[in-house]
This record gives sequence, C-alpha cells and structure tokens, in this order.
Amino acid sequence: MIGVGKAKQYANVLDKPLSRGRQEVSLSAFAFLFSELVQYNQTQVDNIAELERRLEDAGYAVGARVLELLCHREKGNRRETRLLGILSFIHSTVWKVLFGKVADSLEKGTEHEDEYMISEKELLVNRFISVPKDMGAFNCGAFVAGIVRGVLDSAGFPAVVTAHFVPIEGQQRPRTTILIKFAEEVLRREARLG
Amino acid sequence: MAPLAPRSGDAVFASVERVNAELFTLTYGAIVRQLITDLEEVEEVNKQLDQMGYNIGVRLIDEFLAKSNVSRCVDFKETAEVIAKVGFKMFLGVTATVTNWDAEGTSCSLVLEDNPLVDFVELPDTCQGLSYCNILSGVIRGALEMVSMKTEITWVRDMLQGDDAYELRVKLLKQVPEEYPYKDDD
Repeated sequence: MIGVGKAKQYANVLDKPLSRGRQEVSLSAFAFLFSELVQYNQTQVDNIAELERRLEDAGYAVGARVLELLCHREKGNRRETRLLGILSFIHSTVWKVLFGKVADSLEKGTEHEDEYMISEKELLVNRFISVPKDMGAFNCGAFVAGIVRGVLDSAGFPAVVTAHFVPIEGQQRPRTTILIKFAEEVLRREARLG
Repeated sequence: MAPLAPRSGDAVFASVERVNAELFTLTYGAIVRQLITDLEEVEEVNKQLDQMGYNIGVRLIDEFLAKSNVSRCVDFKETAEVIAKVGFKMFLGVTATVTNWDAEGTSCSLVLEDNPLVDFVELPDTCQGLSYCNILSGVIRGALEMVSMKTEITWVRDMLQGDDAYELRVKLLKQVPEEYPYKDDD
C-alpha cells in the first residue's frame, strides 16, 4: 500500500525544550576533541598566524551560539547593550557556564581607551598543551579569543580579540590574557549613550 | 599485588574532572562545520571524522584502562558491555545498551538514547548522508584496535536522520594475536 512504511520524523531542534545545561562530560573527552581540532587545523595551514586564525574561527562559531543560548536561558531573552554589561556577562556568565568558574580578572587597558583584558591563570584549553619551541608565541587560547569575539560580535560589539601568554613571576606557566580591542563605532556609541 | 577491582562507570565518572557538556557539544559542532567548509563532500567529512575518532581512540584507551581497572575481557560480549556501561559513561556521562547479538557472538548493536554530541544540532538538507557522530565509531575502533581487536563499525540508526535512537553496529573482524612474547611477572 502506498504511504505505509516508516515515516521519518525529523525532529525540529527549536521544538525541543531547551536543556538546563547541567550535563557534563569528562574533561579528557573535551581535551581529546580539542587536541584533534588543533591537529587537524595544523594540517591545513603553513604558518602560526593562520593556525590561530582558524582556531579563532572555530571559537567564533561557538561564541555566537553561546550568546544566543545564554540570553535565552539565563537572561530571560534580554541581551546586554552596554559595554561594561556585555564584558561582565562574558567574564561571569559565559565563563561560568563554559569553564565552570568566573574568569580570574577583567581589566581595562591603561594605555588605550578601547582595550580590555580578561585573564585566566590556567585556561582550560591550554591545560594539556605545551607549545613546541619552534612554534613561538602560538597560543591555543586563540580558540577562547574566538569564543569571546563570537559573543561580542553577535551582541553588536565588533572587536578584535587576541590571546597572549603573560609570564607571572614565580610561576612556571604563564597566564593567558585575552585582549579585547573594540571597534571605534562601539566606543562612539557608548559615549553617546553616556 | 592483587589486581584492583574494576570500577563502575558511574564511580569513574564521579571521580574524573568534568566540563560542561555544552562546551564539548559546540566545539564538536565547530569541528564538523570546519570540515564541511574545507572538504565540501559529505563522504570526505565522514571519513575525516572517523580518522579523528580513531586518533582519539588510540590514545583514550590508555586512560580508560588506567582509570577503570578493567582487565582483559574474556570475550567480545564482555567487551561490548564494558564499552557501553563503563567507556561511554566515563567519558561522555551516558550509557548505551547492548542488543541484537548475532548467533556467533561477534557482532552486536550499541544503542544510545542520549548523545551529548548532538544537542542543538539539526542537519540541513545539504548534509543528508552526513554521519554527524562518526567520530564515536572511530573512537571505538581505535580503542579496540589497541587491545588487539579489529572491528568494523557502522551506523544503523541516527536520530539526526529521523530514526528513534542512535545505533552502532559493532562487528568483530578478528582478534589480532599478541605480537610480543609477554612475560607476566605476577
């Protein structure tokens, strides 16, 4: 008979209830996956800058989705419109959800008005990574920088975001600083809003 | 020293460090999206995901053996149960069911109801035929190869393709004999 058979039900992702986000996987599962991401991208590039750019792109895709998800779940469908608001949203809410803790610090750059920094003593993605000498300043934090840029950009705060190692005295491993440099228009708008 | 008792998946999962599953899910999504952009062909993406999974499996088995205290499985049946109840639980926090054994006991199905890889995912029409979770089959194949089992793993059901569960068919091709004369110093 025509029409009898297994009708495939395509589940629409938007019809499903939003999960509460309490589920966890093991850190090693994430570490293995992240390492594959880095290794795969390493095969696609021939210099460090390009590799960082690709990791940032991957992070960007995560950030854009995280903003949407968290605005729905944590903020009753409202999103921050002010500079400090969105920065503290990233520093606390986003960090807490993704990495299980609030970021170590959020600072304003002293030399430039448009620069802000989020620092983390031991960034999750750098935890199992030791950068070989010949790869210079390469920082897997580029992925997290991408997440930050994804959140900012999707929220209407275009910025250039980069990850850097900053040595700390008396510590073997440097901390990672995510440097956020906002686009001019963002600062102009912020000034207008007063 | 007497061998330590094998630990249950729940016990191991409770004792390892964990991260938010959404970070994991979204990162995996970013990988798949990069592969689709780079490779263009769905088949190639499936292949690359399987390869990545294999690379992971080869390394993951060490951690698995170290943390679970599981010793050599007596037969393939036990192996499948260990993967489903301990392996999946330990890394992904979910368990699978083992069903549909064939008469020889060399192939079975692992059925996953919960799959942390696919939250927020909907396959667009252009990606039909993509085995989104292909990395999982690669992981299992790689890990089993490290304990001398050659397997062939295929997806039978996939919720993203409209099925009601995720089903992996695991077929034992052969047990590779040990290559080195091991000396067991008890």
